[in-house]
Amino acid sequence: MASTNTVPEVTAEDLRRSLSRVDPARKRTDVIMRVVVYIAFALAMAPLISLVWSVLVRGVGRLDTYFLLNSMRNVFGGMDAGGAYHAIVGTLVITGWAALISVPIGLMVAIYLVEYGTGRLAKAVTFLVDVMTGIPSIVAGLFAFALFYLLIGPQKAGIIGSVALALLMTPVVIRSSEEMLRLVPNELREASYALGVPKWLTTIKVVLRTAVAGLTTGVMLAIARVIGETAPLIITVGMTNSINNDVFRENMMTLPVYVWQQFGLGLVPCREGATDCIATINFDRAWAAALTLILIVMLLNLVARGVSRWFAPKVRG
Amino acid sequence: MTTSVSAPAALASAKRRTGRGLDRGFRYLAVGSGVLIVAVLASVAVFLLIRAWPALRAGESISSEVGWIPAGSSVLSVIGPLVFGTVLAAIVALVIAVPVAVGIALFISHYAPRRIANALGYMVDLLAAIPSVVYGLWGVMVLAPMLHPIFQWMVKWLGWIPLFAGDSAGNASNPPRVLMTAALVLAVMILPIITAVCREVFLTTPPLHEEAALALGATRWEMIRMAVLPYGRSGIISAAMLGLGRALGETMAVLMVLSPGLAYSFKLLVASQQQTIAANIAAKFNDATEMGVSALIATGLALFVITMAVNMVARGIVARRKDFSGAN
Repeated sequence: MASTNTVPEVTAEDLRRSLSRVDPARKRTDVIMRVVVYIAFALAMAPLISLVWSVLVRGVGRLDTYFLLNSMRNVFGGMDAGGAYHAIVGTLVITGWAALISVPIGLMVAIYLVEYGTGRLAKAVTFLVDVMTGIPSIVAGLFAFALFYLLIGPQKAGIIGSVALALLMTPVVIRSSEEMLRLVPNELREASYALGVPKWLTTIKVVLRTAVAGLTTGVMLAIARVIGETAPLIITVGMTNSINNDVFRENMMTLPVYVWQQFGLGLVPCREGATDCIATINFDRAWAAALTLILIVMLLNLVARGVSRWFAPKVRG
Repeated sequence: MTTSVSAPAALASAKRRTGRGLDRGFRYLAVGSGVLIVAVLASVAVFLLIRAWPALRAGESISSEVGWIPAGSSVLSVIGPLVFGTVLAAIVALVIAVPVAVGIALFISHYAPRRIANALGYMVDLLAAIPSVVYGLWGVMVLAPMLHPIFQWMVKWLGWIPLFAGDSAGNASNPPRVLMTAALVLAVMILPIITAVCREVFLTTPPLHEEAALALGATRWEMIRMAVLPYGRSGIISAAMLGLGRALGETMAVLMVLSPGLAYSFKLLVASQQQTIAANIAAKFNDATEMGVSALIATGLALFVITMAVNMVARGIVARRKDFSGAN
């Protein structure tokens, strides 16, 4: 009797212990994996912090209104002069043209996919848009070069770069616009049809109007993505030290290419004791331009997110 | 009187007619844009082929016209080492990036507190917003000097592995403008896209699977291993392939970091061994002759074909997954 009583008592204790505590080996694996996952996250944050920090520290010294408002014309050697005005203008103009080309096309393709697309063509377009997002930027540059080579011969001009950027930007615009248009409830379309409004007007006045905040956000994020592209602009637009606002003629400078060019110029060999010569001036300019570029991209990102938050259609009770 | 009656009617019918015309016009415009996308993608291949044709046809005589092609080689025989360098850099970057990206995705989807998970995801997305030229600048001026002691250590202790072999004096190159540095920068650059896709997939794991695992007494890691990872395997694979496509085509980081060479060499820590297609084009394009441009475009065509193939496979996996999983 006593023995049968004690045995269940021990097993109950064991049972409680085994239920309330995980086997140590399994627990150890769990803790180790938790640490590994945390480390992975820290590993990803380290370069981000290091990059942002070094760009800030090294770029902020030279980033002033003089830098933003002067070009590199007649600047040479280690002169304490020269800015990125021509590059900023070039970047804005070329990216603006790229947006002008890609936004209408991208929007119409998105409308096709959401409002009209059925069958094989729509499937093919969806697939190809996905594939298009993977086109290497340098290949886009080569394509624009080859296209314009046939039209105007081997020349450099801002518009060629815009076409290259548009090729990279269009799939991004399509993807985001498509998502936004799909979010528009079907009831709105049906209500519009019921009032006798034709489909094209419904699309423009109801669907696009409802989705306009999301569309704007998508377009701005797409611009932010291509504004930092360098490689296609090196081969299609080239570089210059002067201000050029005309996309149809001659080389232009852009901010990313400016960073690359200034980096490539390297250290300036200064004479011993020269006071008007800064050995690291080219690197300083490169960092300042990199900081400018990051600021522009961040600004676009912030404004894009702000637009979607503040201008989204309000849901009325 | 009759005219006053019929005028509005005529107007209405005219209006309807133009309305229908506009409707049709708008539809044609939309369908036309869809067709345009197909046409553009086809024309990329066609235009590149047209411009590359002279170099492809020239055979070995091209080496006398184009400086960077070694004597006695044709375009096809220099595409070989370039493709090798491109693929090697991309694969090394991928090997570094994928485990970290899966870790980050798990951290955001299953470890971090729900409230800050979104903010953390946004931080990772910020990595994607930084322009590639800034990565290049950072890679060569900040990262590379930090890496040299590590590379020296790797050559000393791991030099028996061919990948980490030193130069003839048994040293890692200094400054370390080597493939390993370039691949590390590439890895940082492709982290965001791999993380983003993995995170999406992990978040769509059916809660019932997770809860069932937990109910059986699984620890969090066991739950992830039994429920989340098997469910997300194809997603991880396609994310990795998307990252691979990105890394294959990336120009600036490699152009600014890597000291180029044209060898079939696995030495990751020695300079002037390999070169990638994209960086080679950007470096040589502006000084190239007519035939030189043609040769560069031929290499660009090879890059286009490779990245298209990789991306199609990746998208194919994603699409198939979408068709079969009930979670979407």
